[in-house]
Amino acid sequence: MKLGFYPGCSLEGASREYNESVMAIAEEMGIELVSIPDWNCCGATAAHNMDKELSLSLPARNLALAEEAGLTELVVPCAACYSRFCATQHELKHDENLHKKINGIIEKEYKGNLRILNVIQFIEEFIIDKLEDKMKFEINKKVACYYGCLLVRPNKVLNFDRTEDPQTMDAVMKKLGADSIDWAFKTECCGAGFSVSFTETVGRLSGQIIEDAVHRGAEAMIVACPMCHSNLDMRRPEIDKYNKKKSDMPIIYITQAIGLALGIDRKKLGLQRHFVPVKLNDFKPYTKKTEVENPQKMEVE
Amino acid sequence: MARIGVFICHCGENISATVDCAKVAEAAAKFPGVVHSIDYKYMCSDPGQTLVGNAIKEHNLTGVVVSACSPRMHEPTFRRACAEAGLNPYQCEMANLREHCSWVHERNEKTDDKAIDLVRMLVEKVKRNNALQPIKVPVTKTALVIGGGVAGIQAALDIANAGHKVIMVEREPSIGGHMSQLSETFPTLDCSQCILTPRMVEVAQNPNIKLYTYAEIESVEGFVGNFIVKIRKKAKSIDESKCNGCGLCTTKCPNKKNPNEFELGMAKRPAIYVPFPQAVPNIPVIDKTQCTYYKTGKCKICEKVCQANAIQFDQQDEIIEVPVGAIAICTGFDIKKTDFFPEYGYGKHKDIIDGLQFERLASASGPTAGEIRRPSDGQVPKKIVFVACAGSRDPAKGIEYCSKICCMYTAKHAILYKHKVHDGTAYIFYMDIRAAGKNYDEFTRRAIEEDDAKYIRGRVSKIYERDGKLIVVGADTLMGAQTVEIEADMVVLATAGVANQGAEKLAQILHVSYDQHKFFSEAHPKLKPVETNTAGIYLAGACQSPKDIPESVAAASGVAGKISCLFSNSELTREPLIAVVDRLAPPQYSSCTGCFMCQSVCPYNAIEREEIKDRNGNLVKQLAFINPGLCQGCGTCVAVCKSKSIDIEGYTNSQMYSEVDALLNF
Amino acid sequence: MSDSHNHLIDNSLSGKIKQNVGVSLARCYQCGKCSAGCPVSSDMDFPPSLLIRKLQTGLPEHEEEVLRSKSIWYCLTCEMCISRCPMEVDIPPMMDYLRSESLRLHKANPAAKNIIKFHKAFLDSIEQTGRLYEMGLIVDYKARALNLIQDVALAPSMFAKGKLKIMPELIKNRKNIKQIFKKTINKKQK
Repeated sequence: MKLGFYPGCSLEGASREYNESVMAIAEEMGIELVSIPDWNCCGATAAHNMDKELSLSLPARNLALAEEAGLTELVVPCAACYSRFCATQHELKHDENLHKKINGIIEKEYKGNLRILNVIQFIEEFIIDKLEDKMKFEINKKVACYYGCLLVRPNKVLNFDRTEDPQTMDAVMKKLGADSIDWAFKTECCGAGFSVSFTETVGRLSGQIIEDAVHRGAEAMIVACPMCHSNLDMRRPEIDKYNKKKSDMPIIYITQAIGLALGIDRKKLGLQRHFVPVKLNDFKPYTKKTEVENPQKMEVE
Repeated sequence: MARIGVFICHCGENISATVDCAKVAEAAAKFPGVVHSIDYKYMCSDPGQTLVGNAIKEHNLTGVVVSACSPRMHEPTFRRACAEAGLNPYQCEMANLREHCSWVHERNEKTDDKAIDLVRMLVEKVKRNNALQPIKVPVTKTALVIGGGVAGIQAALDIANAGHKVIMVEREPSIGGHMSQLSETFPTLDCSQCILTPRMVEVAQNPNIKLYTYAEIESVEGFVGNFIVKIRKKAKSIDESKCNGCGLCTTKCPNKKNPNEFELGMAKRPAIYVPFPQAVPNIPVIDKTQCTYYKTGKCKICEKVCQANAIQFDQQDEIIEVPVGAIAICTGFDIKKTDFFPEYGYGKHKDIIDGLQFERLASASGPTAGEIRRPSDGQVPKKIVFVACAGSRDPAKGIEYCSKICCMYTAKHAILYKHKVHDGTAYIFYMDIRAAGKNYDEFTRRAIEEDDAKYIRGRVSKIYERDGKLIVVGADTLMGAQTVEIEADMVVLATAGVANQGAEKLAQILHVSYDQHKFFSEAHPKLKPVETNTAGIYLAGACQSPKDIPESVAAASGVAGKISCLFSNSELTREPLIAVVDRLAPPQYSSCTGCFMCQSVCPYNAIEREEIKDRNGNLVKQLAFINPGLCQGCGTCVAVCKSKSIDIEGYTNSQMYSEVDALLNF
Repeated sequence: MSDSHNHLIDNSLSGKIKQNVGVSLARCYQCGKCSAGCPVSSDMDFPPSLLIRKLQTGLPEHEEEVLRSKSIWYCLTCEMCISRCPMEVDIPPMMDYLRSESLRLHKANPAAKNIIKFHKAFLDSIEQTGRLYEMGLIVDYKARALNLIQDVALAPSMFAKGKLKIMPELIKNRKNIKQIFKKTINKKQK
């Protein structure tokens, strides 16, 4: 099976372990991810903070290139790129004049037919059903699924999961055998693009997120956004400074968690690249459940 | 030869500011058949009406077109004026130059042209009007009151005390409604039960009132003065004539762990139960969905202990058919539950409750015997947060209106809380304090000044639980929209008042209109606040929009007054604007072919079969016959009649075509 | 009765926001829910609802305060405000517009200079290479912000973990990207 793929700059650089783990589980599942030829940066926060048309043109060029390459589904693991792509698609769909104008700027014909999938939608659609057959371990840990902003907001553009207390990642983690906790900061902002320019703010916002998860006993935090990951992982000194205590809870991409359950080599998943070491081990070997033991009870749950 | 008079009204400036009335009058004077055409500032005024009357006599008019506001407003006025001048009132028509023209257009020539067109259409129509006579129908002097809350109780008692029969239908096993769940009432803090229960008992004892509880409206047919109502009496599994209300069955029932609706899930009740101690009637019902016998076929303990032999497991629903002359809708309201609020945890936190639940906690007869204790662990909350406007004034959640009662009951809750938990602190997040009403503002001041309620002007963005506390994150917009975080023990959401479950279905059964929020619509927001658009059907209380007790009671008495007026006559006069089947000379008798398509579509069952027989009694032809008492003039039959044999009087096909013709072929 | 005032052009900043972004600030009834949920409202000089209040008055001195505010630059575009706003006042696009007006009129708050420098360095990287060159960005930004000490410790370990590339990735059709910049952001600035 072939699917369109947009890695984005982070996955090619500072968050390459995210890319590595996406590729590793796709390979395990027999899915080929085809990158958009000659893709460019989506513009991220900088573009839409500075110039609206630029912020639409940069993603539109990629979307047009993907259509030219005959792709119908586009997997965009980076939540920021995903958000920019969806926003662009949404705006152009609802404003014909703007659509024409942007097509003129990018000198390409973007039609708007592409299905854009974030990493969780990718997992739900192409991976989750095959997990039972391929899982080698249960991630028998308490985890806090952290969604951040860009996967769930704005809902009217993304139309994915609910904006408060979303559940899709939790469902994936439960499938992997994890105990995903109910906590309060699932969709609070980590500080996002202020990582370099307002590091102290990031320390506070990410600090509150880490503190709540640790307080509720999470052994790891599961994320699906490279920005969230780098703030929560790389900015741990600032976070610990804000919280006035050290925490060693690792931040794991959901694709890495799946990779661990599939028994993929940790190096292949890029776990060694994290600043907060991923010490999680002693996973419970997984045996496929052949039959539902008590169907009535299942229904009640 | 038609002699038509045209009267153009300025409606003050309402029409004349936009439409050149003199020009319209001048143009109308030239229409064929128009012999008199004038404009005047207020045609509906006494001198205006005199102008019309005098013109009828002076010019010997055969038809009148008043070009003014909506006929809904003043058609009766001008028809009466015509009748007084000796013209059949149905020879008078109105062209709507206000709502259809001046209010919706800018002042320019095109607008004038449209006004002229509108007048021309009605001139052509009125030329074809027939003289009609009003229809007289008898009145059944029994009223149906749907809903046994405080509004229904008040309406029923007032109508019954005026000497008329009342049938009251209540969906629940007892009357009393939401008011019976309240602890104290604002702004006097008198006990809700204490003032309501005497009224409930009065309903049960009044010989003019027949009460059906655990019953719902199945269907309504007929029209004002002559409704036929089918009531479904749901099986209580109890023989009401035998039950003496001893309550032994409810205490002996082994299946006691069912959520108690009256206590809003904060207590349990047996499967056979009386909803609350003061229930009227004091007769239990068996909840078939919970009862062990109905679920497993075993138990029947209640039957064994019942000394009166009143338990009837095989009782079936019963349909009762009653004739009534008027209907009062008093079905009340509901409130949004806490699960409506994603940002407040979708109802997953036990200690976030709604206002009605707080009423039960504060009520002496409630699950905590009147002590404020939080549902999760029974602790007395020392810090409590009330959130006003929870879901109200929130278009994003689909509720843009103000629920009106929350400001007052939240102030009351804060007062009650302080009276019960002296060392506790109550915070109230609010947007505006809406306390318009007698002694209302004084009451909220009392909450603030005497009972130490801490009002914070701002909305709550998020509530989450941490270590057994509820962290309430809001803003104080009087302090530059600073974030305010309160670690509360309990949170009470003053959730939006919404239409009662089943309101839409009932509206459809009754053929009355309702708004986008499923609240019943009044016929006119100012002048017909308790009438519906359907004659003979009235509404009172919170089924119309959120209302407090005094308002509901006032509206209910208003309805009772209206119904008493209706019942003061032995017959009613109805507009003769009904469908008729044409009649021709024999041997055709009618162009009707007897297909009876009309019969199958008529929503009022007004169409009957008429048999035409010859002298020897042999059937010659079957025709449709429209019962003038039942027909509402909706015109559905006209639309389906293939032989074009049916016409609506006052709106005949030829009249309609002539209007269209006048517009198109000028 | 039929005269309408809706055709009049509103030259206030809130009028311009309505015309250009389609966001009606008149809808805001100052409940403060946005400010309560905003992760950076404590860093802001005016939390979101207060910012809107200033624009609602339409007074020039208030509009000036808004354009010169820190708030518009501190906004993270996390979209929490709009996701909870009962009146659906779409604040993030309003912030985008205010930022571009603030830049255009040279009124950007001095405290925002780091953010603007970061954004500019970021966009320069895209304009030159088509993609974000993180190493280049950080060097460029730190040079612009004259903030060479901060984060110096991070770079070597990032490099060691394979998170920083020495050489930029260049896309093939860089001309296309340059064109896009020329037709959008560069057109307005020059």
